[in-house]
Amino acid sequence: MILVLLVRRSLRQHLLSTLVTALSLALAGGLLMSVWVVKGQARETFTRQTGSWDAVLGARGSKLQLVLNAIFHLEASPGNVPFADYQAIATNRAVALAVPIAVGDNFRGYRIVGTLTSLFSEAEPVPGRKFRVAMGGRVFEDGFREALVGSFAARRLGLKVGDTFRPYHGLNFDPKAQHEDEYVVTGVLEPSNTPADRVIWIPLAGLQNMSGHAAATASDVSAVLVKLKSPIVGQQLEMMYNRQGDRFTFAWPLGTTLAQLFDKMAWFDKVLELVAYLVALVAAGSVLASIYNSMSARRRDMAILRALGARRFTVFASIVLEATSVAVLGMLGAWVLYLLILTAVASVIQTQTGVVLQVWAWNPVLLTAPAGLVLLGALAGVVPAIKAYRNPVAENLLPES
Amino acid sequence: MDALKIRNLKKGFSVPGQVGSLTVVDLPELTLGAGEQAALSGSSGSGKTTLLHLIAGILPAETGTIHLGNVEMTGLGEAGRDRLRAGTIGYIFQTFNLLQGFTCLENVLLGMSFGKGADRAYAMSLLGRVGLGDRLDYFPRQLSTGQQQRVAVARAVANRPHLVLADEPTGNLDPENARQALALIRQICTESKAALLLVSHDPLVLAGFDRVLSLSQLNRAALKEVG
Ligand SMILES: Nc1ncnc2c1ncn2[C@@H]1O[C@H](COP(=O)(O)OP(=O)(O)O)[C@@H](O)[C@H]1O
Ligand SMILES: [Mg+2]
Repeated sequence: MILVLLVRRSLRQHLLSTLVTALSLALAGGLLMSVWVVKGQARETFTRQTGSWDAVLGARGSKLQLVLNAIFHLEASPGNVPFADYQAIATNRAVALAVPIAVGDNFRGYRIVGTLTSLFSEAEPVPGRKFRVAMGGRVFEDGFREALVGSFAARRLGLKVGDTFRPYHGLNFDPKAQHEDEYVVTGVLEPSNTPADRVIWIPLAGLQNMSGHAAATASDVSAVLVKLKSPIVGQQLEMMYNRQGDRFTFAWPLGTTLAQLFDKMAWFDKVLELVAYLVALVAAGSVLASIYNSMSARRRDMAILRALGARRFTVFASIVLEATSVAVLGMLGAWVLYLLILTAVASVIQTQTGVVLQVWAWNPVLLTAPAGLVLLGALAGVVPAIKAYRNPVAENLLPES
Repeated sequence: MDALKIRNLKKGFSVPGQVGSLTVVDLPELTLGAGEQAALSGSSGSGKTTLLHLIAGILPAETGTIHLGNVEMTGLGEAGRDRLRAGTIGYIFQTFNLLQGFTCLENVLLGMSFGKGADRAYAMSLLGRVGLGDRLDYFPRQLSTGQQQRVAVARAVANRPHLVLADEPTGNLDPENARQALALIRQICTESKAALLLVSHDPLVLAGFDRVLSLSQLNRAALKEVG
């Protein structure tokens, strides 16, 4: 009780340094929690984006590039697959569902992907849940210049049912490369929180036959999304496509392929984490320094407290508690900062990939990191506390001369 | 029972550039009855403050004994002396030594909290008693020097001590405030049945006491230094 009063008053007397040190601890805590949570959630969420798909078939090339292109709608397609080969895998006895996609156009930076209506009637972007078209819309019809727009793309482009647009050639927006073909929006998809939200879907034939596209490869597809009847058969198909001949790449299992992506980015997490630890160390140092520096001004007060009967240990404890309080204050800030950082990062990741991070999701690090930093703050308080503990009473009671 | 009983008390300090230690207090005997009020005179440097620090247990004695009531201060370790000081001694300083970051009321409550426990009502009544009932939430810097010393007086008696030590309590006050402060200290000690040992070298202050002890004569260390 008495300690609380002592600490509270002291913190208020040194308000500026209290706030600055608390802020630096907040920065360390916020950074540490954000790095940790984003790292974990990104890995988990990205891996989940494969939905009910087990594998991707594409032209010979990098598996990772194939998966990024076919599932995340990022990067360029490694090449084309003849339509006959799509039909071959679609009718393979081991395959439950195969849906082709074709890429190569965009509308103001948002990808236009050609596919078949079976994607919307049978595939599950999130396991157990099919695509849903928002009220008042419908899926495009094969053979027509119709488009079904992902929720995020629709919102950003301001597209709604009945609107028309003319696609641009290429995966990146170039205002000079507009096609003549005009498409009408027949529906908008409900949010699935997957990369599909950033895509404008049109009939496969539409993309293949877009004015100005090469006629020779008009029936080719960019990749085939594959759902297997049973995971065991993946091995067989893997052997068949990857080991025999050099025309195809069969990316399977998808989780392993995506793990490569995160292994490639691991150094970046490490650097961020290291920065957070350094900030934590500097913050703890500033707790130590700011309290230590105030000690000489407080020698007299310490002596007075002792003269009133306070024990050495009480004086010691009040300083450690003061440092701890600064750290606790900092951690309140850290949680606020964490939410701000995560909201910003989530928004960037959604804009770039369509993947949605859960800002409010619970993670044990939200407790362990602040607890660790409070402990660090308390430890930083021990040094000045020892100084206070050793403060001689008699000398410091004398009038200052 | 006596409030204070000192026998063969010795204390010295090591001084830079000198071998051994310089004896500052060498007091064969000093006794103060319960509720008794005595003044202690002595020139500057005669060891008055050091003696009060020894009695309060702020400084450890080298040899000899100090009894407060039936407890021997000199037989206790530091933590024990702290506890005894908090519970049985009130200390008034020449420079008041109020905690600048705390209000009048908080200063008194803090003094209590190390002893018998904070008692808000009693703290307020004490501040009322010294004429500061309407200044409870003032900080020391918002008070005159005379008022600050009155807060210190209230704080000193807040734990109902058996012995109040006052180290030149009027030294920083003008004559009128000094007269009032002295009267207040003596009255409040009488009211709370505390013995009072007051240090001063002001003849006007000393004149009011029935019993005046001269440290220059009692303290052998002081005699040596003077001689
Ligand atoms: N910590 C110390 N170290 C060395 N000498 C000290 C110390 N404290 C007091 N003294 C010396 O002891 C003597 C008595 O000091 P003090 O008790 O303060 O005198 P008074 O209060 O009577 O003026 C002085 O000569 C002083 O220099
Ligand atoms: Mg003195």
